[in-house]
Amino acid sequence: MDILIAILIYGSIKSIILALMALGFALVYGISRIPNFAHGALYIINGFIVWSFLSKLGLPYFLSIVLAIIAIGVIGAMIYQFILIRVRGMAISEIIASYAIGLAILEGLRWGGFKGMTYTLPTFIQGSIFIAGVPVSLHRIVVLICGAGLVGFLWLFTHYTRIGLALRGMAQDERAALMLGIDSDRMAVVAMAFGAMLAGLAAVLLLPLGNIVVEEGYKVLILAIAVCVVGGLGSWMGAVLAAFLIGFAQILTEVYLGTHFVMVVALLAIIITLILRPSGLFGRQKELEERV
Amino acid sequence: MKANHEQRRKERLDRGIKVRSDGIYALMSWRELCYLFFPRLVLIVGMLILPLLVPIYWQKVVSYVCIYALLTLSFDFLAHFVGLVSLGGAFFIGTGGYIAAILNTSFGLPPLLTIPVATILGAFICTLLLIPCLPLRGVYFAIVTLMYPLLLTRVIEALAIFGGTDGIVGVTSFTNHYFIIIMLLFFLFGLRRLVNQDLGLVLRAVKDNDQAVRASGISITYYKTIAVFIASAMGCLGGAYLAHIFGWAGLSSFGLDFSILPIAATVIGGAGTLVGPVLGAFILVPLNEWLRDFGTFRILLYALILLAFIIFRSEGIMVYGQRKYHQFEKWVKV
Repeated sequence: MDILIAILIYGSIKSIILALMALGFALVYGISRIPNFAHGALYIINGFIVWSFLSKLGLPYFLSIVLAIIAIGVIGAMIYQFILIRVRGMAISEIIASYAIGLAILEGLRWGGFKGMTYTLPTFIQGSIFIAGVPVSLHRIVVLICGAGLVGFLWLFTHYTRIGLALRGMAQDERAALMLGIDSDRMAVVAMAFGAMLAGLAAVLLLPLGNIVVEEGYKVLILAIAVCVVGGLGSWMGAVLAAFLIGFAQILTEVYLGTHFVMVVALLAIIITLILRPSGLFGRQKELEERV
Repeated sequence: MKANHEQRRKERLDRGIKVRSDGIYALMSWRELCYLFFPRLVLIVGMLILPLLVPIYWQKVVSYVCIYALLTLSFDFLAHFVGLVSLGGAFFIGTGGYIAAILNTSFGLPPLLTIPVATILGAFICTLLLIPCLPLRGVYFAIVTLMYPLLLTRVIEALAIFGGTDGIVGVTSFTNHYFIIIMLLFFLFGLRRLVNQDLGLVLRAVKDNDQAVRASGISITYYKTIAVFIASAMGCLGGAYLAHIFGWAGLSSFGLDFSILPIAATVIGGAGTLVGPVLGAFILVPLNEWLRDFGTFRILLYALILLAFIIFRSEGIMVYGQRKYHQFEKWVKV
C-alpha cells in the first residue's frame, strides 16, 4: 500500500517536472512551427545566470530569479530575431540551426569552465513533510504547486489576453492570422521569448533538486521532445497529458525495473509514437503532412 | 532616385567550353577533355597520394577523414536525393562497429572478412529497424533517427550486453588507408552514377513529389528501402573499419559526433552535390583533430561554423566552386 501511495505522489511530481520541461518547447513549436532544439541549452544557461547573480553579484535569490528570467527571455527573442528568422520555413535548416545554437551554448559553457558538481542553487524551502507516510521534500511540493499554477496560468493567458489569442491564432492558421493584422514574425519572437522564459522558469524550479551540469541540457531536450511528441507536436494540453503518461511510466520502470531504464522509456515512447501515430496521442491528425 | 545612379545587376553565363563539353563532341578536343577531367583527376590523384604526403600522426587522420566522408556521403544521398533527413549517422557507425567487433572477438574472423560481413549485415539490421519509420516525413523522420543511437546506447548500458559500458575490447588492429580511400572513391563515383540512372530518377522523384510517384504505380517504400540500405551500408562500412582502427567498439561509437559532423560537413561542402560533402569532411575532420587539445572548444567552433554557413552561405563551398568553374559573371544594366 505504501509503495502505491509513493508511486502516486512521486509520479505526480515527476509528471509536473516533465510538463515544466516541455511547455516551452511545446509553445514555440505550436506557434512558430520551429522545433527549438536549443531548449535544453536555454534551460541550463538560465541555471548558470541565476547562479552568477546569486553567487557572484550577491543579489537576493528572488531578485536574481526575476532578472535571470527576463534575461533568458531577451536571449530567446534575440536567437529568433537574428538567427532562426533567416531559416524560417525550412524544416531541416531550422532543426540544424537551433541544434547548432544549443550545441554552441552547451559546449561553450563547458569550455568556459562551468562543469563539475560545484554549481548548485539553494532550495526555496528547507525540510520535508510526510504525506500518508511518504516523505516528500517541501521544495518538491513547491514545484508541484508552481507547475500546476503555471499550466493554469498559460491556459488563462492564451484564452483571455490579446497576445495569447494572437499566439493561438497563429498556431491555428498563420495566413488567416496575417489577414487579421497579426504580425507573424513579431508573434514568433514573442513565442520564442516566452518559450525561453518557460525553460528558464523550469530551470529555476527544478535545478535546486540537483546540480547544474551541462549534460542535463541534453537530457532536458530529449525529455521535452518525448513529451511533446507523445502529446502531439504543437498541442499544449496534449503535452501536459503526455507528461503524466511518461512521468508515471518512468516512475513505474524506476520502481520495478531499475533506474537504468528510465531514459529508455522516454526514447522508446518517442520512437513508437512517431512510428504509429506521428501527430501524437492527443494531436490533430494531419495525415498527409507527416507521413506518406 | 537620381538618374546618374545606374542600376546594375550581375548576370551569369555558362562558359563556352562548358557548353561544348556537355555532349559527346567533347571527345574531339583535348582542351575540352582536360576541362572535364581536370577536377576529377585532382580529386582522385589527390586522394591517392594523400597518405604519402602527410606525417605519421596524420596518417590515422586520413582514415578518419574517409570514414566521416563516407558517412557524410550517405547523409547527403539520403537527404538530398531521397528526401529522408537522417540525423542518425551514429546509428550506422555503431551498428557496423559492434557487428565487426563481435564477429572478430567471438567468432575469430579476420578483418578482411568482418568488414564486408559487417557492412552487409549491419545495413540489413539498420534498414530493418528503419523500415517502420520510412513513411514519416521531414521533422518526424529526423527526430526518430536522432533517437535511435541514443536508445541503443541506453539499452546496451541498461542490459549490460555487448560488454556494457566498457565496450568490446581486443579487436584485431587493421589499418590500411588505401582500402578506405578506394572504398570512398568507389562509393562517391558509384553514387554519382546511380543518381542519374533509372533508380536515382525514381528516388529523386520520391523526394520531389512522392504522391506523384505513388500515382504512377511505383512502391515508394520499396525504393526508399533500397536507398536506406545503400546509405546504411556506407555508414556500417565506416563503423566496421573504425572498430578495427581503434581495436575497440563501445558506446562512443553511437556518439553524437557521428551524427553532427556529417551534417556540418554537408552544409559547408554544398548540399546535394555528393562531392561537396566529401570536401566538407576533408575540411572539418582535420580541423577537429587539430583542435583536439582545446577540448570541447572544437565542438563550439564547429557549431558556430555550421551556424554561419547555414545562415549566410547555405549553398556551400562546392556549389560556389562549381559556379565559378562553369560560369562567368558580368554586370549588365537593368
